[in-house]
Amino acid sequence: MNTFSIFNSTSLVCRAALSLCGFLPALGFALQPIEHVRLDDRLEVYWVLDHALPMVDIQVDFDAGSRFDPARLTGLSGATAQMLSKGVRGESAPDKGPAKGQRGQPLDENALGQAWADLGAIFVASSSDDRLSVRMRSLVKTDILDKAVELASREIGTPAFDATIWRRERAMSVSSIEESLTQPAPVAAKLFRENVFGTHPYGQSVTVASVKAIETQDLQRFHQRFFTPCRARVSMVGDLQRADVERIARTLLSRLPKAQSCAALAPLPTLPAVQALGKGKTVALAFAASQAHVLMGQPGIARDDARYFPLTVGNYILGGGGFVSRLTDQVREKRGLSYSVYSYFYPELQTGPFTIGLQTRKDQAHQALAVVGEVLDDFVSHGPTPAELQAAKDNLIGGFALRIDNNKKLLDNVANIAWYGLPLDYLQTWTQAVQGVTLESIHEAFKSVLDPKTMVTVIVGEPS
Amino acid sequence: MAAFLAMFCWTSKAWCQAPQTESTQEVGHGILVSHLANGLTVVVKRLPRAPTAVHMLWVRVGSMDEVDGYTGLAHMLEHMMFKGTPSVPAGEFSRKVAALGGRENAFTDRDYTGFFQQIPSSRLSDVMKLEADRFAHNTWPDEEFKKELEVVKEERRMRTDDQPRSALFEQLESTQWLASPYRRPIIGWMNDLDNMKPQNARDFYQAWYAPNNAVLVVVGDVKPDEVLANAKNDYGDLPPKELPVRKPRLEPEQKGIRRVSFKAPAKQAYIALSWKVPGFKGFASGSNLDAESALASKEALALTVLSALLDGYEGARLDRALTQGPKRVAQEVGSFYDFTGRGPQVFVLEGVPKEGVSMAQLEEQLKAQLQKVAREGVNEAELKRVKAQWLASAVYKRDSLFNQAQEIGAFWARGLPLDTNDLLIDPLSQVTAQEVQAVAQKYFSDDQLTVAYLWPQALDEAALKRQEKAQTAGDLR
Repeated sequence: MNTFSIFNSTSLVCRAALSLCGFLPALGFALQPIEHVRLDDRLEVYWVLDHALPMVDIQVDFDAGSRFDPARLTGLSGATAQMLSKGVRGESAPDKGPAKGQRGQPLDENALGQAWADLGAIFVASSSDDRLSVRMRSLVKTDILDKAVELASREIGTPAFDATIWRRERAMSVSSIEESLTQPAPVAAKLFRENVFGTHPYGQSVTVASVKAIETQDLQRFHQRFFTPCRARVSMVGDLQRADVERIARTLLSRLPKAQSCAALAPLPTLPAVQALGKGKTVALAFAASQAHVLMGQPGIARDDARYFPLTVGNYILGGGGFVSRLTDQVREKRGLSYSVYSYFYPELQTGPFTIGLQTRKDQAHQALAVVGEVLDDFVSHGPTPAELQAAKDNLIGGFALRIDNNKKLLDNVANIAWYGLPLDYLQTWTQAVQGVTLESIHEAFKSVLDPKTMVTVIVGEPS
Repeated sequence: MAAFLAMFCWTSKAWCQAPQTESTQEVGHGILVSHLANGLTVVVKRLPRAPTAVHMLWVRVGSMDEVDGYTGLAHMLEHMMFKGTPSVPAGEFSRKVAALGGRENAFTDRDYTGFFQQIPSSRLSDVMKLEADRFAHNTWPDEEFKKELEVVKEERRMRTDDQPRSALFEQLESTQWLASPYRRPIIGWMNDLDNMKPQNARDFYQAWYAPNNAVLVVVGDVKPDEVLANAKNDYGDLPPKELPVRKPRLEPEQKGIRRVSFKAPAKQAYIALSWKVPGFKGFASGSNLDAESALASKEALALTVLSALLDGYEGARLDRALTQGPKRVAQEVGSFYDFTGRGPQVFVLEGVPKEGVSMAQLEEQLKAQLQKVAREGVNEAELKRVKAQWLASAVYKRDSLFNQAQEIGAFWARGLPLDTNDLLIDPLSQVTAQEVQAVAQKYFSDDQLTVAYLWPQALDEAALKRQEKAQTAGDLR
């Protein structure tokens, strides 16, 4: 087990007028270290002990994101997450643990909802491209926390996947998909994914047909195949002791089938690589709305890409940094064309998207696009100025503590470190990594990752 | 001094308790309050968990202080506050905050306008200076106003015009209130925006942005005496102003149901039922509530419990009755009670009918859930459950500095004790089943109700022409 403290021995090179030297070394901030253990030769657990408040936040991530949805059943991962809270099976009496001797009664959705409310605890399951995530938050009083962990364990391990409930949930999903297709923002997002990723799973959107095709057997199969301690990461932040951490992690996953060894598991489906776009493409759709929703982008980088930091710092300058980015300056501040304009990289296990977005009155869509195109061309061709780079570093380094100043933010970071296999001292070295970014590294990274000539452009609300 | 302090005492006794000489006192739950001689309130809550702080400046002026023809002015001015002072030109405020490692934004509500920065606590004094500078010296050319007005119009299109349910609520509120300023949208009617002049924003700023109409809130790893010293230094020389007269504009009694129909491109129908109900005015102990306000506040606690029983957790009453089982009538249902405000309060039930169920049927079913509480009361297990949730959430909310600062500012704007959320736990725990039943019997007649229906309009398929073209070097630009 390795441990690193986040705030110690930070050294900084100061070379700007707005020196940060008064700030970081003066931190009298003894944040507890991020710790990690591999339990029972399979279960990866990451945690930070923080005793400021009598509560804990826990996240369990499974390698069960929507990228493994079969094309005809797009939405399966999301449906599985949705159904975890809709009832758990009964079980025979455990011979040990806090519920020793008590038979676990089956709990329907209402009994589960009430049980969580009675504890004042919170359970949420969700799914993204790469992970199916379960989050819980509870007070740490023993009688509360143990019961909350037990409930979460049952939802993770023995969901009922009741057919009647699923038919109802499916009907609700169909209704909300149909509703979303009447709104410009989700329509634009769907067209953007399709055109950036093609047939890759990252390009798929849930459709009425794909949800209707999902049956409870599919949910069961998906759960059986992808829910395993071998492919999970458990992250915790809160007022715990080391012994609590291991007990909680084991309990959360205790109801999943025990594989002989992780090596004996059937391998995950192989996924194709994300293809670079050969040529640019514009998709324009007339739409009954006052604004056009405009998205522009192409495949960006995976999370393990070595250019992560130059692209992060560069994107802050291009379209990430609140009111001070080039895109906001040119599109909003100088021309009043949009309330919101932004750019971001979304690095995933595989190559995730780079996206620029804005909304503007329909008749201004092409004017705004022209401005965005110029800003992007110029940035990719020439990179940032020294003053811009310094301003970005001042903000990112100076504001680093804002990324970790409560349990929720810290858990986000710990879970990311766990999920992407980042080093345990990732937070400790983060400001140094930002400091190491140069004009040249940003310029090189943007030139090699983005090609302004082959962007996908989506306009929903094309002026007629 | 006494004269202008009296100006804003028209509604809540708590506002009148501001001492007229400088002093610092702990009002409870670690919240320190000071008043500068010019009337500025300074609030500090020290939480040395991480080397960060939240700094907020709240002005007790919101859309409810506007008058007809000038809707959206408070919000427009909030945008213009980023457009410069004689020493910090347009755009520089944000650049400086960013260079300090900060994040920033601002918000406008019916009751207040707020500005904030989240920063490393070592940079607090810098952002305090910047904020004080624009609070006192906001100055910009007409050209900046014209550009920003277009930004605000885009914001309105995004938030309201193209969001059928937001647009529905705008119409609901303007129907529900006749005299109350809550009838007007915060962002402003588009036509008022079209006709807004730079001088309108300057006048609004001159009238309302006064130290005696503002509070400075700092939460985080800070030294309270330093914050107070900085506040005196940054704001102490500003003179207090005589604020414009705030007319009460109390709503005349509603004597019959009101209905709104609204058509918009959508697939799902949607309904909202909004009843006029009492709001929370203050705590019985330690304040001088009159009998009417004391009763309203007691009932406000019961209404809070009622809303939580209906919709406070998965499988609460509304879900169970309306979205589950073979006879379900809705895809989604919800309940909302706004509890307190400078203006009047409402209790809202909302829902999306299941296909084949009419909005009228869902309306009846939603009302039936209130009638059931009125008739049969609620059970102790439900009460215990919502109270357990509050106790836990009181701990959870301490995880966020930002939320704590925001609560303090909002309670100040509404004239309530700054630690109201902590003080509420006990009285909420004491709400009885009988009190919940009593408010359900008393406040949900049709005469006090405004109903809004969203009639979904199919998108014109012919209009959805898709154009697709492969392109080489950016010919579209």
